[in-house]
Amino acid sequence: MEILVCVKRVPDTAENEIEVNRDGSDIERDDLVYSVNEWDNYAVEEAIQLRDKVGGSVTVITVGDDESEEVLRREMAMGADNGLLLCDDAFEGSDGKGIASLLKAAVEKGKYDLILSGALADDGAGQVGGMLAAMLDYPYASLVNKIEVADGKLKVGREIEGGNQEMNEIQLPCVLSIQTGINEPRYVGIRGIRKVASVEIPQHGATDLGVDPTAVGAAGAKVKRVDYFVPDMGEGAEMLEGSTEEITAKLIELLKAKGGLK
Amino acid sequence: MADIYAYITYKGGVADDSSLELIAAAKKLDAGAAVTAIVTGSGADLDKVADDMAASYAKVLKFNLDALAYPNAEVVRNLMVNVLPADAIVLVSHDTFGMDLGPGLSIKLESTFIADVVDIEGVDGGSLKVIRQEYSGMVSTHVTGDISTGAVINIRPGAFAPDESKSAGGSVEDKSADAGDLTAQRTFLEIVEAEVGDVDITKSDVLVSVGRGIEDEENIEIAEELAKAMGAVVSCSRPIVDAKWLEKSRQVGTSGQTVKPKVYMACGISGSFQHLGGIKGSPFIVAINKNVKAPIFQVADVGIEVDILEFLPELTDAINEL
Ligand SMILES: Cc1cc2nc3c(=O)[nH]c(=O)nc-3n(C[C@H](O)[C@H](O)[C@H](O)COP(=O)(O)OP(=O)(O)OC[C@H]3O[C@@H](n4cnc5c(N)ncnc54)[C@H](O)[C@@H]3O)c2cc1C
Ligand SMILES: Nc1ncnc2c1ncn2[C@@H]1O[C@H](COP(=O)(O)O)[C@@H](O)[C@H]1O
Repeated sequence: MEILVCVKRVPDTAENEIEVNRDGSDIERDDLVYSVNEWDNYAVEEAIQLRDKVGGSVTVITVGDDESEEVLRREMAMGADNGLLLCDDAFEGSDGKGIASLLKAAVEKGKYDLILSGALADDGAGQVGGMLAAMLDYPYASLVNKIEVADGKLKVGREIEGGNQEMNEIQLPCVLSIQTGINEPRYVGIRGIRKVASVEIPQHGATDLGVDPTAVGAAGAKVKRVDYFVPDMGEGAEMLEGSTEEITAKLIELLKAKGGLK
Repeated sequence: MADIYAYITYKGGVADDSSLELIAAAKKLDAGAAVTAIVTGSGADLDKVADDMAASYAKVLKFNLDALAYPNAEVVRNLMVNVLPADAIVLVSHDTFGMDLGPGLSIKLESTFIADVVDIEGVDGGSLKVIRQEYSGMVSTHVTGDISTGAVINIRPGAFAPDESKSAGGSVEDKSADAGDLTAQRTFLEIVEAEVGDVDITKSDVLVSVGRGIEDEENIEIAEELAKAMGAVVSCSRPIVDAKWLEKSRQVGTSGQTVKPKVYMACGISGSFQHLGGIKGSPFIVAINKNVKAPIFQVADVGIEVDILEFLPELTDAINEL
């Protein structure tokens, strides 16, 4: 099975405080630590396990800048066979539809049986996988937490409300967006990264992909972010301050009053 | 502005809460709009929901077909593409069904998709301005979308106060004959219910809930000791279950359990909307987190800015000494 996995380089929220910059035009990017979008690691792990079971290859792809190459390399260190970087100044400022149309152009230059994305990335939209599928006229299932291969088809589980699972049969080729928890992504050590450090990763720009540069990027975007801000949510929590003894004493009083201690 | 449509989801003949939230969102788009509800399915549940919706929506389009008995997003998408005008403004709840339907539907309708909207600022010509969140709620953004050629707008569950006025006096039209070709490449098979675990966190009055801030599997013990001292039960956020440090039945949130405790201690939990969506009955929420900007502090009653790995054992000792 030829599998393509879409991955994105995002600020690591476990390593950084995300703050709005002074004029609200962006988040504070100085000293941000970036990593692979959490959901995409699960997607790559799933692809590797499927390949190891039924044969074929795994290609990881991203739309990004030069620095995005590092996430492709990381996923190759995990076990992906190939990387593909879609990179062009014209791609900057793309909305979800722009990203999906670039990925579509790349898909059409290859031959894939299965395309995986993450369920969600840093901007919290959860849109690219579903858009890509519709553009390709492939069937789609979101929030997938189980994949079984049956001949020419897949049996997939979708995680729905309450932790219940919706089982579906889906034709190949198809696009699936992967939910966390489907597997346990393997650890990538420094040695693994070193092994793939010098592998050549092909780059494609607008001309290579045959896309109209004005249809993507900021020029083609119909959805635009105007600014970042921190909402005024009213009072918020009463913060307990003081020494640890003082805080624990206050908290214990409150817990007693609210029925939190038995 | 073009006509506004809302897709209604329901269970067991009762419309989801989102049905009244979507009408509230529609009125923020266009205060005077006559909004149309789309209700699909088969049998008595469908009839009941369609009739109920007529109180809130000016028009209800009912599609009664076996193919729609289960809301398979691809089948519903085909239906919508067959029956909606090209410039329709379609509102969908941003739940697991809406995430499945919305993005692809916008492509097929050749319209603009805006995901997970938490508020609507207004429409200026063909441009809609909304509020979204990024980085699991740590920052908000204003976003504009060109809706002049139609739009699919996914509305976050719980973000809009439900419109309970029920004064639309709408009518139900059975449009099943117009559904068109619904053939899909994805087939629904069955629902597998979530497994029942060793403890039922939904029955506990006091929950000590741990999130990614607990950092390591062996630190779960710290929470267990505190829970023991308090007479509470340990629950958790999703990453703890993903890492297999606790059973799925301990997960609080939209894709886990819905809990209604008296006291909820959120320890090292950032407060994503999917997590908060599983906490009902307005408990007394204590947030313990080392990042004072974590969104959980906005919904908590009491907050403590501290490292849980140091603080929780001290709290446990203090309680044990009582
Ligand atoms: C469809 C869907 C369904 C979902 N369903 C659920 C669900 O049911 N339940 C759920 O919980 N999530 C759910 N999620 C995931 C959700 O979006 C968040 O990713 C998740 O809730 C984050 O969990 P967290 O708060 O533990 O982790 P994080 O967001 O990483 O937050 C960790 C917090 O711990 C703090 N911290 C770190 N170290 C320490 C320390 N030593 N001391 C004190 N504080 C510390 C940090 O400041 C941070 O605020 C769902 C997502 C999707 C897409
Ligand atoms: N720039 C990108 N390059 C490649 N894949 C992406 C990109 N942005 C989003 N994706 C994919 O789409 C998924 C969902 O992201 P989003 O729709 O932005 O929430 C991610 O998990 C990725 O798999």
